[in-house]
This record gives sequence, C-alpha cells and structure tokens, in this order.
Amino acid sequence: MNVQFINPFLEGTITVLQTMAFIVPRAGKPYLKKENRAKGDISAIIGITGSVVGSLALSFSETCIIKIVSNMLGEDIKTLNGDIKDAVGEITNMVSGVARQKLEQDGVVLKAAIPTVVTGKSHTISHVLGGPSIIIPFETDDGPFVVDICFGESNGQAHQS
Amino acid sequence: MDKSSKILVVDDFATMRKVIRNLLKQIGFENIAEAEDGEMALKELKSQHISFIISDWNMPNMTGLDLLKAVRADGDLCKTPFLMVTAEALQDNVVQAVKAGVDNYIVKPFTAEVLNEKITGIIAKYKK
Repeated sequence: MNVQFINPFLEGTITVLQTMAFIVPRAGKPYLKKENRAKGDISAIIGITGSVVGSLALSFSETCIIKIVSNMLGEDIKTLNGDIKDAVGEITNMVSGVARQKLEQDGVVLKAAIPTVVTGKSHTISHVLGGPSIIIPFETDDGPFVVDICFGESNGQAHQS
Repeated sequence: MDKSSKILVVDDFATMRKVIRNLLKQIGFENIAEAEDGEMALKELKSQHISFIISDWNMPNMTGLDLLKAVRADGDLCKTPFLMVTAEALQDNVVQAVKAGVDNYIVKPFTAEVLNEKITGIIAKYKK
C-alpha cells in the first residue's frame, strides 16, 4: 500500500476528534496488520473507490469512545448505546471526508460508501481487499483507538508496502 | 429572520442532528426542527414555517442535493435559505450544489463559530 495514504487519514482523524470532541489524540508508529480481528470494542468500516480502492476502519476501546461521544453531545454517556454506534459511523465518515479532501489536492479523487458499524469483543474487520492493512495507533487520556486502512490499485491488484 | 426563527436540521445520523442542535443553541438559536432525510424534511417544510434549512448531503431516500432541488422548484419554499453540510468539499459536489441554488456549504467537522459565520452570511445576503 502506498504510504502517501497514511498522513491524510492520520491528520483527518486528529482534525475530526479535536473539532468535534475537543480531544487531541496522540499518534503512534504505524504497523502492518495481517489478521482480521479488530483492535477495539466498536468499529466502523467504510468502502472507498476511485483512482484506488480499499477501505477505512476506525476501531475504538469502550472507554475512549464513551469519552469522545460524551464530549461531542455534551452528555454523560455510561455505556455503548445507540448514540455511540451512530457517532462511530459519523466520525468515520468525517475522517474519510477530511482525508479524501486532502488526497484530492494531490490529484487522488475518491468516493466513499456509507459506513457499517460493528460492536463486541473480538469482532472482525473485513477490508474490501482482504488485507493486510496498515494500523495507525492512537492514544487518548481515556484509552486507545486505531485507524485501520487497506488500499490498492483500482484494477484490483493490492500493493503492499 | 432572527434568533427565534425556526431552523430545520436534516441529517440521517441522529448524533449529528444532536451535535448541530447543540451548536445552534450555543450561538443563540433555540427553535429547531429535525428530519432524518430529504423526504421527511419536505413534509416538515410543508407542515410548518421554516426560516432556514441546514441539510446533510449524503442521506438515504432523498439526498441533500435532491432536497435542495425540490425546495428551489417549489413556489412556496424556493426563497428558504439553504446551508448544505457535507463530509467533503470535492469540487464536483460544490459545483452541483451551487448550480442547484445552495446559499453556502459547510464541511464537517466544524465549530459553532464557523456555523455562526455561515448562517450570518446567508441571512445578510437575504436582507439585501
């Protein structure tokens, strides 16, 4: 996978969480993920097509997403409820939007589908291209989350970095 | 239009409607109606007086762009200010929205200050 795609998603994630939830996440070193098991308790995945194809997933630990959505809505949320599932989809949608806007400036025009949200311990994330994917780990004061991306050429031949 | 005027917020994500409602309250707008897609929005627009529409672009059933076109084609609603909310500012989308008669657009994520700026700009344009 072209490393050109990492920074727009990294920056997009920080922009979205800083603006919507007043949280500045700390990015760790990206690494390759070869299995489907999600890194968090709740995830959203969104398919992306255009000059490249692939998918983007955000996967949050329970404590982290509860804090993020509580901040977004100005409410004290205690459990993974419907608002949280809805918000994880919308956050992923926004990260995809900000990243695609940045990529468009480099001539890469992409379109996104509607996100799908999955919850539960040990749930799996199935990328459009199957994998492997690049994980960008983030830390917040309330727990970790990851951005999980997998892109390849639009002729269906995934490039691995 | 003033701070007591009714604003319609259209978005298929309930949390995003709640976020926009909270931001509107922060800038002084308390009179807010909600709809979860373009079809529901048209029903709201036909049943009560709405002074301003804030609509998401990507929605099932009827998109924000289709809602905008329907509003501009309706003799009773065509002068309603329309702010489009979108997760992306891709050039093609902006051109389509402008051609369809959008007053302005705002890219998610955004702050209360940016929302206020957009609304104030549109209201000023209608007062001229």
